[in-house]
Amino acid sequence: MYIVVLAGGLSHERDISERSGRRVADALRDRGHEVEVLDTDAQLLTRLQNKRPDCVIPMLHGAAGEDGTLREVLEALKLPYVGSAPDACRVAFDKAIAKSIVESAGIAVPAGVSLPHSTFRELGADAVMQAVIAHVGLPAIVKPARGGSSLGVTVVREASALPSAMVAAFAYGDVAIVEQFIEGIEVAVSVVHTVVGPSALPAVEIQPDGGVYDYTARYTAGVTEFFCPARLSDSVSELVAQTAITTHLALNLRDLSRSDIIVDRNGGVWFLEVNVAPGMTETSLFPQSLAAADSDLGEIFDTLVHLAVSRGG
Amino acid sequence: MTNSTESIQAAQADLPAATAGSRLDPWVSAYASRASSMTASEIRSLFAVASRPEVVSLAGGMPYVSALPLDEMADTIASMIRERGATALQYGSGQGDPVLREQITEVMAEVGIHAHPDDIVVTTGSQMALDLVVRVFCDPGDVVLVESPSYVGALGVFRAYECNVVHVAMDEQGLNPVALEETIKRLQVEGKKIKMIYTIPSYHNPAGITQGPDRRKDILSIAKSNGILILEDDPYGLLGFDGVVPRAIRADDADGVVYLGSFSKTIASGLRVGWALAPHGVREKLVLAAESAILCPSNYAQFTVSTYLATKPWRDQVAVFRDVYRERRDALLDTMKVLMPAGTTWTVPTGGFYSWVTLPEGMDSRAMLPRAVNALVAYVPGTGFYVDGQGRQSLRLSYCYPTPERIKEGVRRLASVVEQELELIATFGPDALPHTEMPNFSSTPAPDVR
Repeated sequence: MYIVVLAGGLSHERDISERSGRRVADALRDRGHEVEVLDTDAQLLTRLQNKRPDCVIPMLHGAAGEDGTLREVLEALKLPYVGSAPDACRVAFDKAIAKSIVESAGIAVPAGVSLPHSTFRELGADAVMQAVIAHVGLPAIVKPARGGSSLGVTVVREASALPSAMVAAFAYGDVAIVEQFIEGIEVAVSVVHTVVGPSALPAVEIQPDGGVYDYTARYTAGVTEFFCPARLSDSVSELVAQTAITTHLALNLRDLSRSDIIVDRNGGVWFLEVNVAPGMTETSLFPQSLAAADSDLGEIFDTLVHLAVSRGG
Repeated sequence: MTNSTESIQAAQADLPAATAGSRLDPWVSAYASRASSMTASEIRSLFAVASRPEVVSLAGGMPYVSALPLDEMADTIASMIRERGATALQYGSGQGDPVLREQITEVMAEVGIHAHPDDIVVTTGSQMALDLVVRVFCDPGDVVLVESPSYVGALGVFRAYECNVVHVAMDEQGLNPVALEETIKRLQVEGKKIKMIYTIPSYHNPAGITQGPDRRKDILSIAKSNGILILEDDPYGLLGFDGVVPRAIRADDADGVVYLGSFSKTIASGLRVGWALAPHGVREKLVLAAESAILCPSNYAQFTVSTYLATKPWRDQVAVFRDVYRERRDALLDTMKVLMPAGTTWTVPTGGFYSWVTLPEGMDSRAMLPRAVNALVAYVPGTGFYVDGQGRQSLRLSYCYPTPERIKEGVRRLASVVEQELELIATFGPDALPHTEMPNFSSTPAPDVR
């Protein structure tokens, strides 16, 4: 098949997207497909219309890639593509909205608020921050409402650190989330959704050397220790897998997703956020889960491409 | 986000057996300690976007090589290969091609240096010359004095050799001699070994400042009286907009100065041809160090430069570059004057590629960068030009690559970003600025966007 992998884009995660895209493209070439990696520039639509690929794989991270915008365009072009539909992406990409839907499905989520900069400006930053802390408690985690790769994310342990965490998050977008920070084991659970239904891959347990799984810990090989499958009891493992599948279904996601989850000290499972275009780089979590399941990128994407083609454009 | 040991133990208490972990890099425990700061960086990821055409990159220091007569360059290279191909594509001298070294003496005569070709070592860009000099002079912990701010590529070399980099204040005329003397005295009292003063006297990167003749004499005098080598980096010396070429420090002292030159800005950076001019004893060591590093510089690149210098009006081409960069500097400064918010100041470069901008009180250029990239404009935060966390309030703007119209648009975007950031500070207070982490190897753009 002739497949186009979309990678790059204008988001802050461009570099990661390019790396993910190249890895997926190589894996599919190894399986005999003709694969081209294209950036999202002014020539893209013309090229897609002229070449009419059998399938498109959006490997774009961040806005446009994950907020459903580009997938709307692929729908309009009637091109089959791997991944969730635009509406589902739009919901999943907004962390606050996704959390409320997942909570409605019976999954525990950290208490939190989602606020634009204008709220702080209009109501007074000090008063709003006091109210936020009273509601969320400390420690808290502050992050941009949209975006990934831990960009603009800060753990706040004292109230005095909240203003700078807010400023760091607002540097990446107009809306920031402040939520309860759950201490525990961080795991990532990838879901692959084929004709037989969604199934969870082995969970990856994440132990960054510096204690925080920030951008450096994510993309520097060696500074984070991963355990896959995660060192969890059978019952907690099952709970974690079920949480990821429930999330995937509740958000009406398709083909693949990755849920970030915390297991607290009592074995309680908390949903943090979901990713509709999980990273596929050398240090990313999804490929590690595949390896633990005796699979690989080529096999899974080959399956998902065939699925997308059978759905049609 | 984190794993506390206690919680892990509790949640994993009933596990039958431990699973082996993976760090995804089998060599993680084998790296030298100096590699510990070679990590992925959030800020570096932002520069990846700067290569997109939608973004006006005022970050990169890429020379505008499109101003070269490319057809003529093609003919020059083709004829060089036809006539000398067997030599051009062969190993060459570790010290560099003798003919080119002779020609380099003519180029250096423009900045007042009269040197012998034997004292020149041709390198793969002057960055390599810098690396070699530090390699032969500096043990871990040796002090290198640098301007405040200083060239990011030099700081990377000093860091790689584990030097103790100490910044010395600048004023509107460059490296401040009073601060230099005070710093030297203080370090000497502390028993520190000062190995060199690294300076960019003409059209400084990133400060855009040029040392006057008296300032150069003062610095040379201080260095000589304290027995400290001067490492003079002069890639922009011929790119003065008023046509005046500042006299190099090396022109007045052949023994106390190692001079670094480059064709990257006067011909083409892609050729990677630079050089070091060093006193005899130093030169001998540089040649041996160069041979151990790369055996020899590229004959192909050297012959290309040599043929170009011999057959083309290279001084006229430098004048073309000057005109291009002057127009772009004017576009940058004129637009900043109209649009940048009150409280923003900047240097007025009389040559070279850069202006150093100081933002209104309380701002942090590094924290602002994601917002700038969102707005499709890029710059280099000031912290990248220091080893000690200074520079938060400053940033470097480069005008060498984008067209004047793009520069104007870039400044429009940047001014709006600064306004928005000021609003954020007004909301949360100046103390709310995020903590700026110490810069590391990856806190500045890669060479193709640097």
